[in-house]
Amino acid sequence: MRIHLTSVFVDDQAKAEHFYTEILGFEKKHDIPLGEEARWLTVVAPDEPDGTELLLEPAGHPAVKPYRDALVKDGIPLAQFAVTDVEAEYERLHALGVRFTQEPLAMGQVTTAVFDDTCGNLIQIASQAQ
Amino acid sequence: MADDLFKALADPTRRTILDELTEKSGQTLFEICSRLSMKHQLGISRQAVSQHLALLEAAGLVETRREGRYKFHDLNTAPLRRIAERWPMPDPSEPEKRTP
Repeated sequence: MRIHLTSVFVDDQAKAEHFYTEILGFEKKHDIPLGEEARWLTVVAPDEPDGTELLLEPAGHPAVKPYRDALVKDGIPLAQFAVTDVEAEYERLHALGVRFTQEPLAMGQVTTAVFDDTCGNLIQIASQAQ
Repeated sequence: MADDLFKALADPTRRTILDELTEKSGQTLFEICSRLSMKHQLGISRQAVSQHLALLEAAGLVETRREGRYKFHDLNTAPLRRIAERWPMPDPSEPEKRTP
């Protein structure tokens, strides 16, 4: 068994496509119309085109909003991405106007930061000291 | 003087939370939990941390603010002044009196 695909709910798929590709730097892998304006929309890391796909899934189900509102209020991220250098990524994203709810925080070997993906989720980035 | 204040200060985990908020005010519950578990190796549930924060808030030592969809916790050391007023500290400019 392997993890081939994981997903985050997004308020608006077009907005999510922009944020996850133009701002975060992922590449679009699949974009298949599913009817009623929904798409099977996935992105991958540019240096791992055959790696795990992230599905940007429409957040239409009524359970999604209360679930995400409660998590966002407490600052809890819904996904975590690995980066080489959290500080550098923080500077880059901050300059692009990304809102962070937790600035880079070094805790032992691990540094993390948490930002808002503008599509309803908080995302954590993490790097491990070499 | 409110018992709440002394009760809030009487617990080591709550004092650690105040230490972390002194380092940086304006933290989400998630960040406070991360600091307690990763920096201090305190294996406490999120629910327990929430309860500690509620006690600190009741004592006025922590204030919460909503900013859009997020909730941040800020440190407020003003209640500690009441302790210093009740048991005043010696003026540092005066030579320290030695007790026999």
